[in-house]
Amino acid sequence: MQESFFRQVLDILQKYWPSMAIGIQNTLIISLTGTIIGLVIGLFVGGLRAIRLDYTASKSALIGKKILDFAGKVYIDVFRGTPMMVQAVFLYYALLNIVHWDKLGAGIFVISVNTGAYMAEIIRSGIQAVDPGQTEAARSLGMSNIQTMMNVVLPQAVRNAFPAIGNEFIVNIKDSSVLMIISIADLMFQSKSIAGSTFQFTATYGITAAIYFILTSTASLILNLIEKRLNRPRTSFPQSDTDPSSMSLATEKAGKS
Amino acid sequence: MSNPVVEIKWLRKSFGTLEVLKGVDFNVNESEVVCLIGSSGSGKSTLLRCINLLEKPDDGSIHVFGQNILDVKNVDQYRANVGMCFQQFNLFKNMNVLKNCMIAQQKVLHRSAKEAEEKARFYLRKVGMEQFALADSNMISGGQKQRVAIARALCMEPKLMLFDEPTSALDPEMVKEVLVVMKQLAEEGLTMIVVTHEMGFARQVADRVVFMDKGVIEEEGDPKTMFTNPKSERTREFLSHFQED
Repeated sequence: MQESFFRQVLDILQKYWPSMAIGIQNTLIISLTGTIIGLVIGLFVGGLRAIRLDYTASKSALIGKKILDFAGKVYIDVFRGTPMMVQAVFLYYALLNIVHWDKLGAGIFVISVNTGAYMAEIIRSGIQAVDPGQTEAARSLGMSNIQTMMNVVLPQAVRNAFPAIGNEFIVNIKDSSVLMIISIADLMFQSKSIAGSTFQFTATYGITAAIYFILTSTASLILNLIEKRLNRPRTSFPQSDTDPSSMSLATEKAGKS
Repeated sequence: MSNPVVEIKWLRKSFGTLEVLKGVDFNVNESEVVCLIGSSGSGKSTLLRCINLLEKPDDGSIHVFGQNILDVKNVDQYRANVGMCFQQFNLFKNMNVLKNCMIAQQKVLHRSAKEAEEKARFYLRKVGMEQFALADSNMISGGQKQRVAIARALCMEPKLMLFDEPTSALDPEMVKEVLVVMKQLAEEGLTMIVVTHEMGFARQVADRVVFMDKGVIEEEGDPKTMFTNPKSERTREFLSHFQED
């Protein structure tokens, strides 16, 4: 029994590795592009939602902001509050006649907008961890809300939220398996057709699970390396020199009279 | 000396039911250095923040350079003319020292990177921080951070500088290095309003000292008279805490 299980596994790998490879490739393409596009959506939606207009903003800006905030909230709530599998079938068929998309494109679209909703909240919490004093300082220098967000707040928010952003990628590697509902040739879909033709369900899905596990653990290893690199101080800096007398302009001692 | 840069009339500001400014009249002339002193909660910082429009006054008027700033359309442009330094320095943590001083020049004044870097290095040299231009802004000491924050504000070439307790978060040694810089700016004729607890600095550098208490200006005058012979009983009481200074 034991021997025959491994025999089956080997047979399947030998015979079907090309179609498994296609599955792996598609799974990686979908989850990676989906995470990146989702991050862009999240930066946009989360960043916009986190801008706090003060009293100096114009009336039209205030109204526009209200509308965008509401739209953002609806988007986030809907996509976080419904299963991705349902989103996939619904969006695929609903938009099929308008965009005539191929399946892979549809899959990337679904996973992107779904991830975007989660990313928006991740970015928002990353923004909240940036101390408001920096925003105030940027504003006091004359930078606009959007300039402050783009140049000061968001870069720090992404760094703060990097572990959570990376986690979304790992989640997407696994959760993209539900996209087989719209017949995308991802790893899960390929496994299902292999199992269907070999009738060796345990062996086939055993291989599938192992591949998913290898993919996610490799991804998390890479993400950890990137995170370590991000946390390293970026520049060397000169010898500590806090003695005021060494300053070019310190011609006399100040402070005491 | 009698060119008014800031003219404030009957300024009132409440946060909820707490009335912080209860009708403040306050003027600052060109090249004048005014120190605002007073206990915590007396409204000094709020007054300063109103001048930079970080807070919206409830009532009264503020004219800066002859312009009613409560009416200005382009608040960002106005703020670019008024420099501000904060107690917590508020350097941009995602940028090095040089970039901290360049970003607003490029984004607000639309200076080229080359021009912005020249200006930034010029002012960093002025505050004794040029050798730290490429240092990570998180890796320098508090006093150095505040000096960079001053340089960052100066890069916009403001006609008025506001300092909100610039040395309150620093240890005594670092206080000194920041005050050296501020003193230098005062001597160069920059108009400055400084909220401070450094009585030594106020006495030595200020042209005028304003003592605030419970949302009103209790007393103002030249530092000598103020510190040796205050008129108001409340001022005397407050200053008595600094006798050892």
